[in-house]
Amino acid sequence: MNTNFSNEQEKLLHDIGILDFVVVELSLYLDTHPTDRNAMEYFNHYNRMTNQAKKEYSQKFGPLTIALADTSGCGDWNWATLPMPWEGGCA
Amino acid sequence: MWNYERRLQYPVNIKESNAKLAQVIISQYGGPDGEMGASMRYLSQRYACPYREVSAILTDIGTEELAHLEMVATIVHQLTKDLSMDEIENSGFANYYVDHTVGIWPQAAGGVPFNACEFQSKGDIITDLMEDMAAEQKARTTYDNILRLIHDNDICEPIRFLRQRELVHFQRFGEALRIVQDNLDSKNFYAFNPGFDCGCDA
Repeated sequence: MNTNFSNEQEKLLHDIGILDFVVVELSLYLDTHPTDRNAMEYFNHYNRMTNQAKKEYSQKFGPLTIALADTSGCGDWNWATLPMPWEGGCA
Repeated sequence: MWNYERRLQYPVNIKESNAKLAQVIISQYGGPDGEMGASMRYLSQRYACPYREVSAILTDIGTEELAHLEMVATIVHQLTKDLSMDEIENSGFANYYVDHTVGIWPQAAGGVPFNACEFQSKGDIITDLMEDMAAEQKARTTYDNILRLIHDNDICEPIRFLRQRELVHFQRFGEALRIVQDNLDSKNFYAFNPGFDCGCDA
């Protein structure tokens, strides 16, 4: 994975990829180990960090989800106008 | 219901076109062991599963497979979007091009269209989980085969990520099967189908 980031947006999206991966892994593990308190503590920790990072990214660079869309600061509905993920680069 | 998150699960940034590789990688979009079949298999199997932890893992892995489907489509898109007519004619891509230009369409590497016959939803959770474990191994083999054909690191990295996820999903489905069996009669797991036969909440 490229770790030479040319800007803050790339760096933050990269961090979200890592944080969210931990959340995905822990949630799959917890599905089959629903009483593992240690895993739940890890999950809560990383889930908070991931949500915070997604919120920060969405405020600075455009919404990652509809739930994080907020057009009060600018005129555009940038959910529709920003690059799509398959366009490559920092989308 | 589902929500879209506007990012890839793992980054895909391919700089060089390659029509030959696109034609083999598309098999993991719509081929017999591809991500479309994987997602539809797990999401369809959930309804005949009476154990909530197992329904949860089918839901969450079925959802992750949709993120993988988008990654595979992105790889094929980036490998084909800038192809010249010369490259299309000389790479064997003309057969795909004539029907789909450089759009993304679910088919196997050999051109066979995606078909629900590539997966089962048997209504028997033991049978379904056995299929799911096999499906993860078949997808892993396909990614191994693809990796032997790739020499561009930009393509290798996301494919290696997808391959690794097959191993994790295999492990989780194995645990799910154990949960199902722990709920059944250890002397005869097949005494009844917990998703069909009435009067048993075993």
